[in-house]
Amino acid sequence: MTTATQPRGETRTADHPLAPHTGPLRRAARWWPAPLLVVLFIAPYSALPLPGLLDGPIGSPGNLQLLALCLVFGALATGYDLLLGRTGLLSFGHALYFAAGTYVTNTVMLEAGLPFALAALLGLLAGVALSAALGAVSLRVSGIGFSMVTLAFAQAGSILVQRDPGGVTGGEEGRAAPADKVPAAFVGIDHTANLYWIALAYLVVVLLVVHWAVRSPTGRVWEGIKENERRVEVLGLRPYGFKLIAFVLAGALAALGGIVYLLLTGGATPQTTTSDFTLSLLVMVVLGGSGTRWGPLAGGILYTWADHRLGDLANSGAVADLPAVLRVPLSQPLFLLGALFVAVIYLLPGGMARLPARLRAARTTTARKETTRS
Amino acid sequence: MSTVVLLTLTGLGLGALYFLVASGLSLIFGLMDVLNFAHGALMSIGAYGTWWAASGQLPGAGFGGAGFVLAVVFGTTVGTLAAILLELTVIRPLYTRPREQILATVGVGLAVPALLSAIWGADARPFPGPHALSGTFGLLGAEVPLNRLVLIAAALVVLVALKLFLGRTRHGLVVRAGVEDRAMVTALGIDVRKAFTLVFAIGGAAAALGGAIGGLYFGSVDPEQGTSLLIFAFVVVVMGGMGSLTGAALASVAVGLVQQFANYYTSAGLGDLAVVALLAALLLVRPRGLTGRLA
Repeated sequence: MTTATQPRGETRTADHPLAPHTGPLRRAARWWPAPLLVVLFIAPYSALPLPGLLDGPIGSPGNLQLLALCLVFGALATGYDLLLGRTGLLSFGHALYFAAGTYVTNTVMLEAGLPFALAALLGLLAGVALSAALGAVSLRVSGIGFSMVTLAFAQAGSILVQRDPGGVTGGEEGRAAPADKVPAAFVGIDHTANLYWIALAYLVVVLLVVHWAVRSPTGRVWEGIKENERRVEVLGLRPYGFKLIAFVLAGALAALGGIVYLLLTGGATPQTTTSDFTLSLLVMVVLGGSGTRWGPLAGGILYTWADHRLGDLANSGAVADLPAVLRVPLSQPLFLLGALFVAVIYLLPGGMARLPARLRAARTTTARKETTRS
Repeated sequence: MSTVVLLTLTGLGLGALYFLVASGLSLIFGLMDVLNFAHGALMSIGAYGTWWAASGQLPGAGFGGAGFVLAVVFGTTVGTLAAILLELTVIRPLYTRPREQILATVGVGLAVPALLSAIWGADARPFPGPHALSGTFGLLGAEVPLNRLVLIAAALVVLVALKLFLGRTRHGLVVRAGVEDRAMVTALGIDVRKAFTLVFAIGGAAAALGGAIGGLYFGSVDPEQGTSLLIFAFVVVVMGGMGSLTGAALASVAVGLVQQFANYYTSAGLGDLAVVALLAALLLVRPRGLTGRLA
């Protein structure tokens, strides 16, 4: 997390005092994601310890796995925000398309014996087809009805996976990916760095796609739909089609994420199909700041990291020594998450992405008060 | 024949349970535009409150006879208080931000079951129920468990009471008018917000009652029970047309019956899928639900 924010903070402080930006400096400052990407790219070679944030050096397989998960979930949250923050659609069924990518790819490899590349392509296609079909139905209701219908579809998918029809999904245990079908470079603890780079590549793809889509003419219409759907209709456009495009694009990105997740965790588990999974994506987006470019990414990284570390905290000795009133709630990560979520909604409207602006506003108001006083 | 009778009554019992959750959900949504994701948690609170009281913690309450009635009253009261608390502390400060209201209830809906399982464990707790209600009765050759009838009766009582409240009282009139057009009611000088807490209390009471006697139907209570029922309650609300009580009643009967019959005549688990398929088909034909209300 510190590696992610440090360069950003530096550029902010670097360009802030020079309020009327000089040309070349401003242009250079716009490229701040590039050095960050380089830092993330060479992270597997680093033996630097980050005490408090990670156990042991960054380059160790366990930490690389955690970092890769953070990147994947950051990317997933960014893709999900295409619906929530860009188009104003509150979908509660995003887990379904993620799980479609994971399960279809895994099942095709296991049952049909196809190689990974072909299975991954089929998984992606399945995600696209599923989101197109279900999106076409659920977008017939608007507003909160849409949320409920997507939730119902996702729940049906989750039940189907857990019932294990014909033994293809593995029921509540899930199924491990076949080691002989996945390329050897992606299997085993020695190759964690490769998986990390795959996750990083997925993140870059999602960021580019979202950036490009939001800037496109369709993206402008999405923004209009988010602000005022009726007005878009008055302009002579049909919001339905545009919303469906957003839904399918987000579904495709989620399915791709599911395939990366399959490689990363080496199997498909039914936890990824549940509504809790979608809710965790929602928490990431709101935590980071929906509708911003970097907010969902930051929220996803922070959430995933906290999720792993909170588990350690819940089992740690510091919590076990507390009195029962404090110990019992603190031993439940989901309770902490739910409470944290409510707290963010109250105390931090707009998420972490709005934090710098709020701090700056607070600083100027206090500064102004002091000048008026003197 | 006996199978059909048993399945019908079981389906109606399940539908009654859905109605108890969905009626409050539908009213809250119709009046306040808040989709209450914590409604399942209210139901769980009612179930755990009843179980806690009945297992000897509350003097006079127990799993038999009058003690059980007291336990159910206690559980329903706790659920109602929790609903009022939820409205006052979580929903009220966010009146100007409708999207955030929903997200806040999502957070509460995550936290409450986690808290329940932290206190009483994640495993299901047995819920014996009074001896008088654990038997069966014969109807057209079928042996039907009595607790189905209890559920159906409770749902009917709640339906009639709500209808009377909405149709005959002044507060009910304000609620109905608010569901129809909130801005107009406010323009006429009536503070609709006062009705919000009332509607939340009514919805919470119905859900908690559902949780309390739902324990009879399932024979146990567990922290995730309410949340898993909530999803079918959502389906009922969408199918019935949001904000419509009659629609919710019709839809819950349909959903309960379809689920039971599909579960019995096809493989288990397909009932849940059949319900979702029914929802999709209905949305394709009538996007505004059974009663044609605006979504």
